[in-house]
Amino acid sequence: MYEYQNIFTRVQVHGPADMGVPLRHTNFTRQGTPFFSRLLGKLGDAQVGPFYIGFLGLASIMCFFVAIEIIGLNMLASVNWSPIQFMKRFFWLTLDPPAAKYGLALAPLNEGGWWQIAGFFLTASVLMWWVRTYRRARALGMGTHVSYAFAAAIWLFLVLGFLRPLLMGNFSEAVPFGIFSHLEWTNNFSVSHGNLFYNPFHMISIAFLYGSALLFAMHAATILSVSRYGGEREIEQIVDRGTASERAALFWRWTMGFNATMESIHRWAWWFAVLCPIAGGIGILLTGTVVDDWYSWGIKHGLSNGSPYDMTAPSTLP
Amino acid sequence: MAMLSFERKYRVRGGTLLGGDLFDFWVGPFYVGFFGVTGMFFTLIGIAMIAYAASQGATWNLFQINIAPPDLKYGLSLAPLREGGFWQMITFCAFGAFASWGLREVEICRKLGMGLHVPIAFSVAILAFVTLNIFRPILMGAWGNGFPYGFMSHLEWVSNTGYRYANFHYNPAHMIAVSFFFVTCFALALHGSLILSATNPQKGEPVKTAEHENAYFRDFIGYSIGTLGIHRLGLFVALSAAFWGAICIIISGPVFAGSWPDWWNWWLELPIWS
Repeated sequence: MYEYQNIFTRVQVHGPADMGVPLRHTNFTRQGTPFFSRLLGKLGDAQVGPFYIGFLGLASIMCFFVAIEIIGLNMLASVNWSPIQFMKRFFWLTLDPPAAKYGLALAPLNEGGWWQIAGFFLTASVLMWWVRTYRRARALGMGTHVSYAFAAAIWLFLVLGFLRPLLMGNFSEAVPFGIFSHLEWTNNFSVSHGNLFYNPFHMISIAFLYGSALLFAMHAATILSVSRYGGEREIEQIVDRGTASERAALFWRWTMGFNATMESIHRWAWWFAVLCPIAGGIGILLTGTVVDDWYSWGIKHGLSNGSPYDMTAPSTLP
Repeated sequence: MAMLSFERKYRVRGGTLLGGDLFDFWVGPFYVGFFGVTGMFFTLIGIAMIAYAASQGATWNLFQINIAPPDLKYGLSLAPLREGGFWQMITFCAFGAFASWGLREVEICRKLGMGLHVPIAFSVAILAFVTLNIFRPILMGAWGNGFPYGFMSHLEWVSNTGYRYANFHYNPAHMIAVSFFFVTCFALALHGSLILSATNPQKGEPVKTAEHENAYFRDFIGYSIGTLGIHRLGLFVALSAAFWGAICIIISGPVFAGSWPDWWNWWLELPIWS
């Protein structure tokens, strides 16, 4: 009745560290001596490192550090350099983009200029990290699927902080850096454009976000449940189907009449995850530029009859 | 016909929880089982109720069809069909169908000699639904607190319910849930990408191995969680997203009915600041 469900690794075998498949045409070598973590080994691989930094990795990390420094120091300055106040007000602290009067021009440092510089360094960091995803894959002779997936996330990031402000002609439209301030921005963005729930691309994006959680739960649970047949060795199962793949496929076929294959489930996964930021980016880019008020848009196109659901009003069928 | 080339040898009897051999058969690709029968029962009645209730509504516009829960004045009692009774029956049938589906998955797992991860994961999704439309309405004393069944009406309910607590983004459990959803999407993209990039390598290259996957991620971020670990992590983050989603709504109303932005004042009033 009670069976082990393979949630944690119970017996850890430690051999010499895996230094990795040889790299091709690279200028640098892998850094660091690998070490083993017993705790990490409970859940996944115990080995940490080596790490390939390279020129772009180093430049990217430095730019990221500069961006975080600018944001953090501006927040610290906003509470008069008091560390206590910084901790106390941390969630509320923010580095805002320039005011509307500056348009797309460079603003004075204390009126949004720092935001622009931080944004520049953060963007530089993210773009160099993207090149890194591409070159690390090529150095191993692998496909570049990670890079294209990451590019979808960068699209959403650029729409929020750069492309939409560019189309609106104003950096004040961009998202501030801060815990509560970016939540406020999200809320105000929806309210000032007639409720983003009526934006069809927002709907699609959320459907793919929930779909990603559903798909990952389905896939991960399936693989764990056939791990007793070696199901986690997915590449071997893809090129030479074994009983783990067959059982995993039949489980879904018998459950819902349809099954993916060991390879195609990863294509489903890739598209679900990638379409979430792509659709979201389109939805945001259209907001304020093409469509000003999604609620009116919804009424015009038959999404709503103009009387939204209200739980406090009696709802009786006619 | 409906069988895959390797399927016949897996179609063995046994593994049922209830009903013994009685419903131990397949229809096309579908396994039936006792819970397939109960699931079909609830599904057919539920869908018939949805169609009937929709036919009594004002419109056949797919976006505007709305089957609402009873008015708050009915509390936790049964309402007349046209005043929320449909919603109550549909909710009951939905729960019956979801539970049957989960138990049928357990039977299929047992038949195939698999672990029970999928039905356990599915039960977390059921928990989220039951929290929204059964637990929370019961705790708040009226079925009218559930969400309506309709394309736009359920979105409007989410919007209205969020603003009842001033700004739902400040709900700490909502923050955790959203973070887990984003992380799940991110991790799924990375996992899907990694498998595809190993099995669809650069032109002219042989298919790569798990050693290449490990090397890529160690080069990339200094750590590779491994082939088994990524599925443990993926299951954890995906289930956490749904679980914290359930928490964030069950505490809004039954536990805390004020403004979520104001809730954070406790942080500002901590004695350590004085």
